[in-house]
Amino acid sequence: MRYEVVIGLEVHAQLTTRTKMFCGCPTSFGAAPNTQTCPVCQGMPGTLPVLNRRAVEYGTRTALAFECRINPGCRFARKHYYYPDMPKNFQISQYEEPLAEDGALDVDLLGGETRRIGIQRLHLEEDVGKLVHEGTLETAQASLVDYNRAGVPLMETVSRPEIRSPEEAAAYLRAFRAVLVYLGVNDGNMEEGSLRCDANISLKPAGARELGTKVEIKNLNSFRNVQRALEFEVKRQTDALARGERIVQETRLWDADGGSTRSMRSKEYAHDYRYFPEPDLVPLKLERAWVEEIRAALPELPRARRQRFVSELGLPPYDAGVLTQSRALAEYYESAVREFPQPKLVSNWVMSELLRELPADDERAIAEAPITPSRLAGLLRLIDDGTISGKIAKTVFEKMLATREEASAIVRREGLTQVADAAALEALVEAAIAGNPRAVDDFRKGKTAAAKALVGQVMKASGGKANPAMVSKLVEEKLTKS
Amino acid sequence: MISREDVEHVARLARLALTPDELERMRTQLNAILVHIDALRAVNTDGIEGTSHAVPLVNVMRDDEPRPPFPADAMLGNAPDRAGEFFRVPRIIED
Amino acid sequence: MDLHRPIHELTAAFSRGETSPTAVTEAYLGRIEKLDGKLGAYITVTAEQARAAAAAADRRYRAGSPLGPLDGVPVSIKDVFCTRGVPTTSGSRILERYVPPYDATLVSRLAAGGAVMLGKGNLDEFAMGSSTEHSAFHVTRNPWDLARVPGGSSGGPAAAVAGGLAAGGYGTDTGGSIRQPAAFCGVVGLKPTFGRISRFGLIAFASSLDHPGPFGLDVTDAALLLGGVAGHDSLDATSIPAPVPDYTADLARGVRGVRLGVPDEYFIPGMDPEIEAAVRAAVEVLKGLGASVERVSLPATPHALATYYVIAPAEASSNLARYDGVKYGLRVPGRDLVDMESRTRAAGFGAEVKRRIMLGTYVLSAGYYDAYYGQAQKVRTLVRRDFDAAFGRVDLIVAPTTPNVAFKHGDKEDPVQMYLNDVFTIPADMAGIPAISVPCGFTAGGLPIGLQLIGKALDEPGVLRAAYAYEQATDWHRRHPELA
Repeated sequence: MRYEVVIGLEVHAQLTTRTKMFCGCPTSFGAAPNTQTCPVCQGMPGTLPVLNRRAVEYGTRTALAFECRINPGCRFARKHYYYPDMPKNFQISQYEEPLAEDGALDVDLLGGETRRIGIQRLHLEEDVGKLVHEGTLETAQASLVDYNRAGVPLMETVSRPEIRSPEEAAAYLRAFRAVLVYLGVNDGNMEEGSLRCDANISLKPAGARELGTKVEIKNLNSFRNVQRALEFEVKRQTDALARGERIVQETRLWDADGGSTRSMRSKEYAHDYRYFPEPDLVPLKLERAWVEEIRAALPELPRARRQRFVSELGLPPYDAGVLTQSRALAEYYESAVREFPQPKLVSNWVMSELLRELPADDERAIAEAPITPSRLAGLLRLIDDGTISGKIAKTVFEKMLATREEASAIVRREGLTQVADAAALEALVEAAIAGNPRAVDDFRKGKTAAAKALVGQVMKASGGKANPAMVSKLVEEKLTKS
Repeated sequence: MISREDVEHVARLARLALTPDELERMRTQLNAILVHIDALRAVNTDGIEGTSHAVPLVNVMRDDEPRPPFPADAMLGNAPDRAGEFFRVPRIIED
Repeated sequence: MDLHRPIHELTAAFSRGETSPTAVTEAYLGRIEKLDGKLGAYITVTAEQARAAAAAADRRYRAGSPLGPLDGVPVSIKDVFCTRGVPTTSGSRILERYVPPYDATLVSRLAAGGAVMLGKGNLDEFAMGSSTEHSAFHVTRNPWDLARVPGGSSGGPAAAVAGGLAAGGYGTDTGGSIRQPAAFCGVVGLKPTFGRISRFGLIAFASSLDHPGPFGLDVTDAALLLGGVAGHDSLDATSIPAPVPDYTADLARGVRGVRLGVPDEYFIPGMDPEIEAAVRAAVEVLKGLGASVERVSLPATPHALATYYVIAPAEASSNLARYDGVKYGLRVPGRDLVDMESRTRAAGFGAEVKRRIMLGTYVLSAGYYDAYYGQAQKVRTLVRRDFDAAFGRVDLIVAPTTPNVAFKHGDKEDPVQMYLNDVFTIPADMAGIPAISVPCGFTAGGLPIGLQLIGKALDEPGVLRAAYAYEQATDWHRRHPELA
């Protein structure tokens, strides 16, 4: 019996607003416990929530980027369950009337295929606090609660169950994260928990219409873990079904160290959330003009940019992928290409030289890079017009990093201008040939490598400044002639 | 109408530890109230939208401007069990 | 010193130098000490704070620059409004030692206006009740007859004002908890439009129905107390942005040409005939003052009670979920978290509160939402539409405030019997429209009767004017109980 895998992903993304969803407390990470709270986000008696406009803006921006329909009216709802990280023992979320619905994300898979995964809904809610167990969850006698994170704006996005393999799931998540980071609404940091993912997975007999029993997997904090956990689940469920067992609808936790999922053993897995409209927040009826303003300000998204780099700039898909992994890097690259319109050459330099020094997704580092796009263009122009060789250029590059100077200034000061004077080069070549009769002999015997050795000698004699192409040509000419 | 199991289930959802006597008393009283409330079901509300807000406001939002948070001591001042800058709670068992 | 002087007379006396905020505050504090053991109007008396505020007000009056019409005025504030540094219990064991780190907006506005807080008024626990018999701490008694209830849930402030233990008071009205005690205690109680007074810092009972509002000895006082705290609050997303008029301006305009509607559904079999008689007589007085009167019908009224007893408990069960012994309030130790929470809530909440939490949880639970809560929200719309239709023909609705007068303590043990107290007050809460209760007579047994005037949203001026006209044509507001 062949089974088809059906996966849906739920992603919770913290929005990079300055303040929390319903109060003015700051959202910065890493403060001492319970120092970024107030009566509102701690759910003290008598307090009331007031909605953060920027959170709505970011949610709308994201929804538009995912081609969702922004609902003309939406409202907030209370979702009830008891847990100490939830100050009010209900979470203000959205239920029947979410911010946006019916979108999609195009995901480019490694094999070259593109899959369009539906996005069912996108809504806003507040994050919960952090629990620290004195020991492990199973053995601790007590737990400690920090509410700094409680109230941070969260955007929940639910995909349709249209993902067909663990690999696809990881690809979806990567593409999803790239969009959020491009939009500037989330910092993409899965380790710190600003982007979290839960997966729903079921198996159905190939060709069957009805879906199988859904299992929810939690605690997936990296792309790799998403893929591994789902691969494990596929195997677990396949094996179970082969043995004739039923799959239990439950929530399972991924244990990265053990490499397995385990049941959460919770009787209340089917929570009765008792949703009802949040009476302390009035409904939203977003004005079309406002939504259109946000739409007009959407940046070019990663996939579109990647495709443009391939189709308009003629870059190989691999290059396009590397260069668009962050908006800052893509913009750096495009600025450089505008000033020195040789896309592939610029790409090579950015990918190998620049990315050796700078992390690709560090917006600030790229913005403050010692070598600006303009200066990089300047350097490449010097290679292009023969002023310096490619090899020397690399040295110049290192110096530019250290001193923040223009390439031309460095070349001038250190006398690194390439020697391209034919007469001078001829003299050097003849000297090399004269000094290496063995090489000449070898060449005549057919060992072409001997020519390279002579070129090397000339380069050395010239302190690296000889134009290598010209030297090569001259060496060949002279060897062949003689 | 409302059974003993229903009352026990609701008491669990509401985190109320009721004694068997209280549960029984609660069941009787709730049933009496529900008899009155059930009359609502007969009211014709076809095509009527529910009122969740008595005030006709929409789009009330605030700017994303930080306000100074409260000091930890002020927030922890009423804590029944405080551990440094944390609230401490008894062990949580997922059963 | 006569401690039944309305606020507007007191402040005039302050300005003339005839007496001072400190003198009056001391007199009230003395009276509280002497009589509140019997009356039970206060949970916490804030004597030191009151004295300090009064002294500051003294200085301002002496300098001829009082902050406004409430400067130096001693008031009782229902213990459901958070007061920074002062215990705020909501009448419950679960918050018995809770000290808020912040002030409710109502409280800070009062302080900004120079008012003097004498203390926190007693109430039915979490504002759930109609008799102030359900406070975890003590019972409040009706100053007109100590064997009887003052009404609820704001029985504390109502009794304090009526009994001369405060010049004014603030309570909350969710199903009638300002108007009903006002009627039982023979004082003026105003429930403004929903959102007119900020709910920030008000310990929530039913969020879409809670209305803060004032108690006063007369309509002018109610207008002043309203004006002192009303207005938009950026911390309350449901607060109304409309500007606050001077509610005392034009109070004396009269009711000539005002159209009054008398609703059929507010005169029901089983209501106290003395109440019906007093209210109809009051209607005649208003007619005599130039108002026109016609019958109106509010057909959804009989369903309002049931609707309220779905919506209010549902919202309450949600609002009270936070009381779990984790961050504040009572904690009863337990084997584990769930056990601790369940024991804490069982020990901390009284029977009425538990009942409403259970009811509310039930009607919101899976499978019941549409039939109960969803349906109740729709019937609520019908109640609103009734008023909208009526206000197409009349300016104000005149009705009794309650179907009965103050009953004896212990009389209404059956919860359903207790709930029936609210039949005439609930609809205005559900529609969020302003409504006032003013004294309109006494029973043969000497118990106060309340007249209710209901107006369109934000028509506090119209409601106050009509109430004022009636009051000035009668003497009920000058009668005070003898509290020895």
